Amino acid sequence: MTDFFSTTLGISVLVAAQSLLIIGFVMISMLFLVYGDRKIWAAVQMRRGPNVVGPWGLLQTVADALKYVLKEIVIPAGADRPVYFLAPMLSFVLAMMAWAVIPFDHGWVLANINVAILFVFAMSSLEVYGVIMGGWASNSKYPFLGSLRSAAQMISYEVSLGLIIIGIIISTGSMNFGAIVEAQKGDWGLLNWYWLPHLPMVALFFISALAETNRPPFDLPEAESELVAGFMVEYSSTPFLLFMAGEYIAIYLMCALMSLLFFGGWLSPFPFLPDGWWWMIIKMAFFFFLFAMVKAIVPRYRYDQLMRIGWKVFLPLSLGWVVIVSFLAKFELLGGFWARWAIGG
Amino acid sequence: MSVADYVFYAFATVMVVAGLFVTVSRNPVHSVLWLILAFLSASGLFVLLGAEFVAMLLIVVYVGAVAVLFLFVVMMLDIDFAELRGEMAKYMPLGLLIGVVILMQIALGIGVWVQADGAMDMRQAVAPDMAQVENAKALGLLIYDRYGFLFQLSGLILLVAMIGAILLTLRHRKDVKRQNVLQQMWRNPAVAMELKDVKPGQGL
Repeated sequence: MTDFFSTTLGISVLVAAQSLLIIGFVMISMLFLVYGDRKIWAAVQMRRGPNVVGPWGLLQTVADALKYVLKEIVIPAGADRPVYFLAPMLSFVLAMMAWAVIPFDHGWVLANINVAILFVFAMSSLEVYGVIMGGWASNSKYPFLGSLRSAAQMISYEVSLGLIIIGIIISTGSMNFGAIVEAQKGDWGLLNWYWLPHLPMVALFFISALAETNRPPFDLPEAESELVAGFMVEYSSTPFLLFMAGEYIAIYLMCALMSLLFFGGWLSPFPFLPDGWWWMIIKMAFFFFLFAMVKAIVPRYRYDQLMRIGWKVFLPLSLGWVVIVSFLAKFELLGGFWARWAIGG
Repeated sequence: MSVADYVFYAFATVMVVAGLFVTVSRNPVHSVLWLILAFLSASGLFVLLGAEFVAMLLIVVYVGAVAVLFLFVVMMLDIDFAELRGEMAKYMPLGLLIGVVILMQIALGIGVWVQADGAMDMRQAVAPDMAQVENAKALGLLIYDRYGFLFQLSGLILLVAMIGAILLTLRHRKDVKRQNVLQQMWRNPAVAMELKDVKPGQGL
């Protein structure tokens, strides 16, 4: 049996099984994240939220997904059919693909590549195509306006996300997630994690992640008060479901990135507790909670304010931080607080 | 043939076919989408060569930023492309000539690169040993150490180009209402609001 798993066929079977495991994990957690999102949102607004399907409404998302799948697909008459259907598939598949390099525990990763962060970054920069193609192929006004807004917004915030990540890469000396998490290990538990040396950038990363995933308060591509539903107006049934699923998967991915880059991934916050995958899951859930809270309590931004804060505030701050971190790391201040490769990270 | 060979042929075929469709497809937006497919297969080929860093940069920079701007421009352009295509026969000889010249230049370049005496030694003299260094590190050493000055210089050229482009399109419009954010933030109710006691039936 062990022989079989070292042949080409065996390895392909193994990789396929692992991929299915990750897809299953992400999809199932998504079902409950959507439910949790709505529940948190409802609690803030003093409503009860979904509470009919299943115990405490836990199966509400399953029912919603089934409803979407069973509905009729309506295609606008002037739509560009191939591109129209390619768009939702692309945004779902790309959001899923980035999970291939996310580790959940030491060595628990599907593809342990050297340029893991760049891969995630590349996939999230491709996600903008789902939105642009969807908006253009619908051949309708509101979707087109929504997709134009979204393209500008996602490109703007990718710049600051990339610069913040460069700071982390400088501190670690590697682009591999495993190396980044191991570099945050130390005797001080959660004080060794990167949130402390990179403190100002945690907030910036969080806000940029909100903008990158079109999440409120930056959900201008689908601002329902002005654009009905933005680039998704003309979509119904399963294509719409794919867009929504892709969006939630991208948000969950950002939660995973937050916990890997700044909050020590699977490392335990206290030195006396063991490390393990459960910490990773707890951290991801916590950041999703924060995302949901932001959605519930922050009002939507105006478009010119969004662009101003992206280009005139976040970009100079994160660029300046890259320069500062390079100096702090080069001269190994505070015993290599910013230079973890030097202390054997 | 090993698996890597099959993957190479798959990527190469997709890339050539996508390149073909870039030129023949009737809709310019479809052309850009095919171009993106060509970029993606090119980055696949880079991964096969063991240059995963360059592959990811190709996706992030070309597909994630440059091609998005292409798509942006092409979607917004109001040009009748069918009409442009009608004049294709007129410009065909010129286009062919340019194509042939570029092909010859590439052939010359590659010929020298492959055939010339000492070309191999010169290439190996600068490249770090791939077995020892990751290719991100190898590239970093080459770009920032060995060719640091040239790198800075090309950056400056790009900066000049950017300033030129901004200067060409910069127009100060007087008729647009702008918000001074700092001024807005320093306003408070005492300055911004005036409370009036309006008597019923009189108005202000």
